This record gives sequence, structure tokens and C-alpha cells, in this order.
Amino acid sequence: MKLVIASGKGGTGKTSIAVNLALSVGASQVLDCDVEEPNVHIFLKPENPRRRPVELLVPEIDEGRCIHCRRCAEFCQYNALFVAGEVAMVFPELCHSCGGCKLVCPEEAITEKPRQVGAVTVAESHGMGLIYGELNVGEALAVPVVSAVKKHAEEEGLVILDAAPGSACPLVETVHGADFCLMVTEPTPFGLHDLQVATEVVKQLGVPIGVVVNFAGVGDQGVYRFCEREGIPVIMEIPYDRRIAELYSRGIPFSAEMTEWRGRFRELLDTVEEMTR
Amino acid sequence: MKQVTILSGKGGTGKTTITGCFAALTEEPVLADCDVDASNLHLILSPRIKETMEFRGLKLADIDSEKCTRCGLCMQLCRFDAIHDYSVDPIHCEGCKVCVANCPVDAISFKERVCGHAYISDTEYGPMSHARLTPGMENSGKLVTLVRQNAAKLAEETGRGLVLVDGPPGIGCPVIASLSNVDAAVAVVEPTLSGIHDLRRALQLLEHFEVTPSVIINKYDINMENTASIRGFCGEHGIPTLGMIPFDESVTRAMVQAKPVVVYSPGSPASLAMREAWIEFSSFLGL
Repeated sequence: MKLVIASGKGGTGKTSIAVNLALSVGASQVLDCDVEEPNVHIFLKPENPRRRPVELLVPEIDEGRCIHCRRCAEFCQYNALFVAGEVAMVFPELCHSCGGCKLVCPEEAITEKPRQVGAVTVAESHGMGLIYGELNVGEALAVPVVSAVKKHAEEEGLVILDAAPGSACPLVETVHGADFCLMVTEPTPFGLHDLQVATEVVKQLGVPIGVVVNFAGVGDQGVYRFCEREGIPVIMEIPYDRRIAELYSRGIPFSAEMTEWRGRFRELLDTVEEMTR
Repeated sequence: MKQVTILSGKGGTGKTTITGCFAALTEEPVLADCDVDASNLHLILSPRIKETMEFRGLKLADIDSEKCTRCGLCMQLCRFDAIHDYSVDPIHCEGCKVCVANCPVDAISFKERVCGHAYISDTEYGPMSHARLTPGMENSGKLVTLVRQNAAKLAEETGRGLVLVDGPPGIGCPVIASLSNVDAAVAVVEPTLSGIHDLRRALQLLEHFEVTPSVIINKYDINMENTASIRGFCGEHGIPTLGMIPFDESVTRAMVQAKPVVVYSPGSPASLAMREAWIEFSSFLGL
């Protein structure tokens, strides 16, 4: 089963839930798809890490062949090419690697060369596979790195995917093809708002949803009312507890010290499995 | 006019809470919410929308099944795996136009799509530029750029001297768009190991784009050891720590009441620290 942990709002506890759930039930893999700010490896110490580059093909213009006809620049939807007078330039960080410029060039002046935009690290931790992506600092496009992480997902066993916050393309890429999505939220107006937008995305993708309310007891009832109205089950509540916050701050999964939570995470998985049957 | 972006790397560290407080404390600000796919600033500043504009992002390919000869060339050429069974999957289509341009029977059209809306509003504290990306859409970076342009225009029109930009989390395209042409940035961090990890990446990003950095530590009393190490790290790198906000439940209570905490509960520990941070912030910017 591919189980995504998402949230909309940042800092609601996605990574914490992903890690504690994985440890409590013995997942086969954890995939950190928050490639802009991956954090899973802070809690699950990676053993035997193998780092591989993630590359995108970007155009290279052969100045000897280029006749400065501007077709490539006019074709490019991302403004990654600029041709004026006798100058032809590529802005590789804007390139989406569609290959269109090479196809329209009448002089075969464009070739493609790989360019590194990030990396994927494959490791083990607590007997599980741990895979995390990192977008290089200064790079704009997270999606290719998310896809590179997802390529490592096994077909069998429980694969937990930790998503990026927000409701844009990185979330879509992570949730696509998943069996279930757990939304971690906080019971506040910010948590509710971002839960609503993220839920809209996940519903469009046809993936069933359950909610985990973190920091329960703070804030208001808006999240609960929303879930009731939408028919989304609140599967777990984690109260605001200073001990959990302190363990988190030190990079320790709280179920490692508050062992009573392991059983609750196993029950959480049981509920999810029932809902996907 | 000065422009400052509040960012964080890690989500949920208090960017919006701090932006909202600075909005209330600054004499004549213009506000810009650049977290267009999970925006929250409007929840504490209650903007009254004056103008709505459609945002069109990348176009979308669409196959006319009547004209399509099922030759399969589009599927071969598409690098985004967006065409299945001679039909375009709008979720994966990146609007590159390769299939449109190469279809031998011109069966593929290229359609505009509305990917969100941008708003110009009034708030109690000043004019505000914000937006909503249609959930799941691409191009949030372009929508962020539109929000920034609208905010700069508002500042010019109203003669206001400071644009406060509430940034998105992460380090990717929307964050990069929210940093272009700013005078400085404030990175908000919580004293957790993941917060520190993400702060380092956010600071590297600021260095990469040559933006002057500063730091505010939120909920600093959750882990004093980590707070000390953040301060040490900032000190070594010559990055000013503008403030340290304590953990304070009144912050959430203010959010529930849809108000900046400095307005809702001015005497609370978080509000007092917020004021001090704002004074440091003002002198850091030379206001």
C-alpha cells in the first residue's frame, strides 16, 4: 500500500506522523517527497546512504550551426531560451526539459546535455528502506526530484510517502497513484484553511482521505466540523503535549520514548487498511 | 520603497503570525501574501477584496478524438507522461506544446486555463495583494510574481514605504519568485533539529540570490540548547537575530479570533517579544 502523509499547512507534523507510524508498524519503505526541505532523515538515521544525482536534459546551442532564426525561443513556453541579433542564450534553471526546442530547430543546432538539479539518497534505517530527495539550492523545479524519489517505491508492502506542504504540483506528484492519503492538520483556522485546499487536490486525484488532528486541544472546532460535513473520518488525535514537542526538537520520534503510542499507530494503520479494502 | 520577505524553509514556523504582527506595528505597510497555494495571512488581516483578476498559467493540450488518427507520436514525444489512450491528463501536462506542434493531423489544440485568481484588497493596516492558486495547479511561481507586481504598484500608488511579503515554505520556484528584488529577508525558525536543517537551506538560498538575511527564533523556549546553537551559527555568519518569541498560547487564541496577536493580546509575552523584534527589524532595515 502506498500511504501518503500530507497536510496543506506546513509544520503540522507530517514528518513526525510518517516516522512514528513507520517505526510502530514496521513499514517496508519511507519515501521523503518533501524535496525542498526533507526532514525524515533527521529522525531516521540513514545507514549505508547511496546518493545519486537527479538530472534534467537541457539544451545546448551550437553557435556554429545556429542561424538565429528564433524558432526555439518562440517555441519555448518557459522563456528558457533567448535569441536576439547574433546571440542565442539558454537559461537552464527555467528549462522544463520538454525537448521542444531541439525538435523545432531547422539546423540541428541544439543538443541536450544532462544537468543536475538535485539528488536522491537511498539508505536503510531500522530495517526499512529510507529514500529521500533533495532539490539543489537555487533550483526552481521540485517535481522531477519528487518523481525520482517515487521511482524507488516498491509495489509490495507498506510504502509511506511524506509530502511537501501546500497544494501545488509537488503535492500532486506525491499523491498521484497512492492508495490512501492521511492529512495531518492542526485544529486552528490556518490548519483548516490549508486542509480544505489540500483536500480538494487529493479528491481530484481520487485518493481516499483520513485526517489526523495534531496539537488537539488548541484552537477551535472548525477542522472537526469540516471533516463531518465532508464525510472525512478523523482517524487519530494527538494532544498538544510539551514532551512530544521537546522530543521532536531533538530529532527523536516520540513513540520511541512514549511507547504507548506504538499501539495507537498500529490501530491507525488497521483503520486505513480497512478503509482501502 | 523597501521590500522584505518573511520566509522559513520549514513550514509552520510562524511566518504569517510574524508578518501579521509586523503589519499591525508598521506605520504604513503594503502587505503581500506570496504563499499562494496555502495562504493564511487573510485569516488574520480580514481583507476586503476590491479587485479580482484571473491568473492564466501555462496552457493545456487537448486532443480532438475525431481528428486523432491514433498514430501515437504525441505519446512518444511527451516527456511528462501526460498522454494516455490518446487523451491528455491535465494533471501531468506541463503545457510545453511539443505534442501540439508535432501532431501530423493538427488534432491537438492548446487551450488557455485559469489557474487561480489574484486580489487587491484593503485591510485595517494597509492595502494587501494576495492570490489563490487553483488547488493542484502548476506555476505558483508566476502567480507569486503577479502578487509581487501588484504589491509594488500599490506601494507606488499609495506612497507607502514598506512592502511586507509573507513567503511560502520550501526553497523552490514560489520561494525564489518571492525573493526577487527584495531589500532583505527574515528567516523564521523554531529551535528544532529539522527547523535548523531547513533554516540552513533557506539561508543558502538567500546567499545564492544575494539577499541580505536576518533571523527570528520563534518558540525559542521549546529547546534552549538548539536556540543557543542557532544564535551561535548566526553570530558566526554575521546574520542578525532580530528577535526571540516565546511559546505562548495567546498566539493561537488570537488566530482563532482572526487578529494579529499584538492587537488581540498586546500585553502577552509573545506580543511583547514581537514588538521588540519589530524595533530591531526597523533599525535593521533603516526605517
